Amino acid sequence: MNFDLSEEQRLLESSLDRFLAERCPVARVRELFDSGEGLDETLWRGLSELGVMGLHLPEEYGGSGLELLDLAVVAEAFGRHATPGPFLEHVLGGLAIALGGSEEQRSRWLPGLASGELRVSLALAEGEDRWQPEQWQLPGGARVSGVKEHVPHASGADLFVVGLHGGTLGLVEGSDPGLRGEPLEILDRSRPLSRLHLDGAGCDLLPRGAEAAPRMRDAGLVLLAADACGGGIACLDLAVAYAGTREQFGVKIGSFQALKHQLADMAIHIHPARGLFWFAAHAFEHVPEESAVSAALAKAHLTDRFLDVARASVEAHGGIGYTWECDVQFWLKRAVFDRAFLGDPSCHRRRVAEQMDWSE
Amino acid sequence: MDFSFGSEYEAFRETVRVFLGENWPLRGEEADLSESERARRFRRRATEAGYLYRNIPRRFGGSEQPPDLLEAQILREEFGRARAPMELTGQGPQMVVPTLLEWGTEWQQERFIPKTVEGDYVWCQGYSEPGAGSDLASLQTRGERVGDEWVIHGQKIWTTHWNRAQYMFALVRTEPDASKHEGISYLLLEMDQPGIDVRPLKQITGASEFAEVFFDGARTPADWIVGERGQGWRVSRSLLKHERNMLGSGARAQGLFRSLIRLATRVERQGHKAVDDPMVAEKLVELMGYVRSQQYSSYIQLTRELQGGESGLLPLLNKIGNSNIAQQISSIALSLLGSDSLLAPGANPRGTTSGNEKWMNQFMGSLGESIAGGTSNIQRNIIAERGLGLPRQESPASKDEAGGER
Ligand SMILES: Cc1cc2nc3c(=O)[nH]c(=O)nc-3n(C[C@H](O)[C@H](O)[C@H](O)COP(=O)(O)OP(=O)(O)OC[C@H]3O[C@@H](n4cnc5c(N)ncnc54)[C@H](O)[C@@H]3O)c2cc1C
Repeated sequence: MNFDLSEEQRLLESSLDRFLAERCPVARVRELFDSGEGLDETLWRGLSELGVMGLHLPEEYGGSGLELLDLAVVAEAFGRHATPGPFLEHVLGGLAIALGGSEEQRSRWLPGLASGELRVSLALAEGEDRWQPEQWQLPGGARVSGVKEHVPHASGADLFVVGLHGGTLGLVEGSDPGLRGEPLEILDRSRPLSRLHLDGAGCDLLPRGAEAAPRMRDAGLVLLAADACGGGIACLDLAVAYAGTREQFGVKIGSFQALKHQLADMAIHIHPARGLFWFAAHAFEHVPEESAVSAALAKAHLTDRFLDVARASVEAHGGIGYTWECDVQFWLKRAVFDRAFLGDPSCHRRRVAEQMDWSE
Repeated sequence: MDFSFGSEYEAFRETVRVFLGENWPLRGEEADLSESERARRFRRRATEAGYLYRNIPRRFGGSEQPPDLLEAQILREEFGRARAPMELTGQGPQMVVPTLLEWGTEWQQERFIPKTVEGDYVWCQGYSEPGAGSDLASLQTRGERVGDEWVIHGQKIWTTHWNRAQYMFALVRTEPDASKHEGISYLLLEMDQPGIDVRPLKQITGASEFAEVFFDGARTPADWIVGERGQGWRVSRSLLKHERNMLGSGARAQGLFRSLIRLATRVERQGHKAVDDPMVAEKLVELMGYVRSQQYSSYIQLTRELQGGESGLLPLLNKIGNSNIAQQISSIALSLLGSDSLLAPGANPRGTTSGNEKWMNQFMGSLGESIAGGTSNIQRNIIAERGLGLPRQESPASKDEAGGER
């Protein structure tokens, strides 16, 4: 019985923390945020060299053959540091090809994705919040035409994994002349989004796309939950640190009981919830019958709690909390992203409810 | 992450299952005994087999097993599955016995532990006073040594199970000249004596489980003190470290959640089961997020305990996490009861099926939970100051906050 990270996972966690503190400290996050770039090539290469991009991909294609929990440890660290960049969609795109692709598709794409030399993005959402595979309406075929919403880091992507009618998946190359990305005005400037117009773009269907799509979605929910957990704890830590330095009425504001109780409530919200994404990640490979429900539950709960805690953290900072100057904004906006991307908490709670057998 | 217990432990689980299969429920003539007598006989057998009261020496009625958190977990699971009685709960077995094991003299242990474990001795807790609740250490009830007895004057309040308890464990000021915390002793005393006057208090539920207890020259032998004179605060605190490690804490929330689901599948609204209403179902799933968090948090604590590591903040969050869940559950239950919540607990004039009694009591009880044993605000103080390291408040009360005295 061991409900905890392994020695190796803790090592991964601490080496990432060190790496991110050095290579992407919050000052660098701010630069990327202000520029709206999102992608920092040097950081991307550094992370790729650490092996982060292929952690979960099979060894025969240059990956490390690890599991979703290892990836979730990375996602949590990114949440903790508010790390910008195309991590989420990249690892999910690779997972979709690993799970649903033909031998040819795997050997063509996975080595480049694992090494980070190629970059993949996801084109899933359609209008009216249609994020889930069973809701996709874009007709599949050798050529596809239509619109996909909220496609992250579309500019410069070598490949798109595209959600198609029937809940299946296809690959569209970034260089296809039938593709046009239309950058959107976004809230979380660390993760730029575009509307993707497909106009007769060439599409290579994944033979087991329909099985891969919900698995990829579940993995995505777990990674967003992990990101939210790391982000939520960071918001609490920022507020606690501020309460220990800022003085009013001649004392540290952290000695005021009202503020203490707000900070305690933040801890009550976020800290016990960590096990939700741990378990969901573990279930992804090891408890298949619980995988979908636990992923949806983790995403719904943790992204809601992240937003609670981020809001409370802004409040705890007073006037400075309401400025562009204050770092908490990165996490507040990240919380909104984590909550909405791949479907909001209410959508996933309804999904859980549908799958529950309450009579048990 | 690894949820298997390993083959050695699975073999243990198998033995436990066989034992339960053979011993619970009781069969033959024993099946007709009263519920409490059946439970008592079963507990005795389960203790002989080494499954209950594992940290209590055999000579005091326990089964004296080496500490093993995994076996303990397996026992919780298997006994739970078989709906077999576990150890007695309540202030005697859960507070007095561990305190005596740590601080008691040999004769005190011999005199009190076996009968408490058997359920023959019931205890009540005499801590709170009208002027000393959250600020427990300001208690004023005084004890004086006269010959070979303590003579006690003063008043306790909110004393639960006064009507069933033969004994009280009390915090009493015996060293009036010492500082606030150094002047308290931990005394045991008999409830049935002329110097004690009990006046039941009517609770918000209408029942009278707690009472005021007045001492006017109540007496207890000199050697019924646990620990030394003036050590009472420390003696009473030592329990907290066990209490905070409430490893089973996730289980309670889960049990209550399962009952709530049963209510939601039983209650009908507009011809449908409530649970099939998407709004209700979404609420239940939201709650499930909290319930599972609490459960996993207890697994994390269990794991770290097994490895001798630290759980950081988590143990400090258990009590308030559970009270918060109980409150959420009560609010959903109240909506599910609908207009049946207008009726007093147990009233059932139309012969409806919702059975409001349990839930109306849970609604009230969930409030008691966030007060008794250290209020939720006191828990927040503890989390902020001990957990998050915020400065202690500059008020005279600050360092005395009792927190979790129950
Ligand atoms: C159902 C039930 C059973 C009980 N059983 C027993 C029993 O068997 N034996 C026994 O000894 N006691 C028992 N108690 C008493 C219980 O331990 C006390 O009620 C509790 O510790 C609170 O003390 P109080 O009632 O004096 O409230 P107070 O301390 O007066 O608190 C009133 C309010 O003020 C807040 N407050 C107080 N101090 C602070 C602070 N420093 N910071 C922030 N907020 C603060 C509290 O949070 C609370 O909201 C029981 C209580 C209940 C409800």
